[in-house]
Amino acid sequence: MSNRIEVLKTYKIYIGGQFPRTESGRTYVATNAKGENLANVCLSSRKDVRDAVGSARSAFGGWSARAAFNRGQILYRIAEMLEGRKAQFIDELIKQGATKTAAENEVSLSIDRLIYYSGWCDKYQQIFSAVNPVASSHFNFSVLEPMGVVTAIAPQENALIGLVSVIAPIIAGGNTCVILASQSKPLSAITFAEVLNSSDLPGGVVNILTGKVAELLPYFSDHMDVNAVCYAESDAASKKMVKENASLNVKRVVLYENTKWMTETAQSPYFINDFQEVKTTWHPIENIGGAKAGY
Amino acid sequence: MAANITIPDFSIAPRIDQVGVEERASRFTKRSLKNETKINGLKLALNMIDLTTLEGKDTDGKVKQLCYKAMHLHDAYPGLPTVAAICVYPSMVSVAKKALGDSGIKVASVSTAFPSGQAPREVKIRDTKFAINQGADEIDMVISRGKFHQGEYNFVFDEIAAIKEVCGTTTLKVILETGELGTYDKVRRASDIAMYAGADFIKTSTGKIAPAATMPVTLVMLEAIRDFYYKTGKRISMKPAGGISKAKLALHYLVMLNEVLGEEWMNNQYFRFGASSLANDILMQLMKQKTGVYQSADYFSND
Repeated sequence: MSNRIEVLKTYKIYIGGQFPRTESGRTYVATNAKGENLANVCLSSRKDVRDAVGSARSAFGGWSARAAFNRGQILYRIAEMLEGRKAQFIDELIKQGATKTAAENEVSLSIDRLIYYSGWCDKYQQIFSAVNPVASSHFNFSVLEPMGVVTAIAPQENALIGLVSVIAPIIAGGNTCVILASQSKPLSAITFAEVLNSSDLPGGVVNILTGKVAELLPYFSDHMDVNAVCYAESDAASKKMVKENASLNVKRVVLYENTKWMTETAQSPYFINDFQEVKTTWHPIENIGGAKAGY
Repeated sequence: MAANITIPDFSIAPRIDQVGVEERASRFTKRSLKNETKINGLKLALNMIDLTTLEGKDTDGKVKQLCYKAMHLHDAYPGLPTVAAICVYPSMVSVAKKALGDSGIKVASVSTAFPSGQAPREVKIRDTKFAINQGADEIDMVISRGKFHQGEYNFVFDEIAAIKEVCGTTTLKVILETGELGTYDKVRRASDIAMYAGADFIKTSTGKIAPAATMPVTLVMLEAIRDFYYKTGKRISMKPAGGISKAKLALHYLVMLNEVLGEEWMNNQYFRFGASSLANDILMQLMKQKTGVYQSADYFSND
């Protein structure tokens, strides 16, 4: 029998590429289905939301200016890092109540989903952009641009795949995000933050908080420097509040209700498109020698 | 008044305890401010700003825009104070003066071969005269740091005195450029030289050198002002400049000012912030207090 005491991990939040504790100093206990304690987790406050949005805003310029191909490489890198720590994620999902098979499935699917969106990074533009027919001598085209800072409430169930499926399309499209992890199953989210931190993702592109949805949802939805808010749960009163708060600065509201995160229907380029703005440009062209406008 | 002030030997200016000053300065950042105090403090800080543009690329248009901003900080928030002054290069003084009209906002002009100060004295004097003739209400001069490091304190002293003579009743701010002085001892010595030579304000930095204003450096200068006040009965004003861009930091400075010099200094006659982006951050905090919602720079004018 060894005398060694195991070193337990402190589950801290992830803001701007760092792992601070919540500024409020509060914690809550994450438990498994049997009610046994798993870990003390940060109970984030509105000031953590403020700091995270600030980090996301400063990271936005650099991230959105990256070549689409480079964003794809980085998403791929995240998948690689996740692959390397598979066992740890499976272990944590089992601790949080999943069966061994279910946990293995969820982790593999999460890796595959990152690869999936990695491939889309430099392709969704071609699918959703357009050259538009117009009745004058103009070259008229519509292209997608990232919206900016997105806040998101991750799904409560499917602690890992839900989180990955919400984050991946947001950052694939050049946005930065602040995401609130599952309140009841927060462990995988923080370990995923460590994966993000050891990939080539610049600090601040993804910020992950843990805490109570009911407490933080107002700040996720009413912060004036947030451009879109994503709510992946189905509570009617919360949805109403998100929509009302979003109207303050006309944020886009994206609701994912009853999405089956473990199935293929939960991945498509339309998830990227959810967080894109369309910019249409009119460019004058010369009408050459009796010919009609070319486009 | 100057007649009954004995000028001390600057080479024996008080030495500064570096660790002590830095510890003391960090204490000021740990005061708890309640909402009402915070709002009053933010408004006061706004009213102490010298809204500054000192760039080679400044144009008449840019200066006019800045002057408009000074007079209309954020029209969505009625009853806000204006900033204290606009701070520009001498060539922009007449533009700023005209744009500000009778708004009561002062025009400060940098001078004496700002920012390096590496020019002959007669050039510096003409530079200053030009700014005053153009209508500058305040002159921000730089000291000759090179001469100061060579130990030629008399040269530095005489230069400040000469510029003060040109200024007459025009307010003179003396920039020490603390980032180039190196030690707190030298900051203290330069502060003493400037005050005895006739400065109305002592100012930390040009904003062109990092580090610019820091809390410990400002504390050293505030203590120099306090000692000078005890010796002579004359109140010198303080202007930290450069690197103060967050409302919270501005509040820390006000706490420090209040605890070191007291309430007589808590107004824009005796204290200024040299800043450009600070104003917007304060406005965002004030709007946050008013609406309860965190604000975005998207909804505040750039200049």
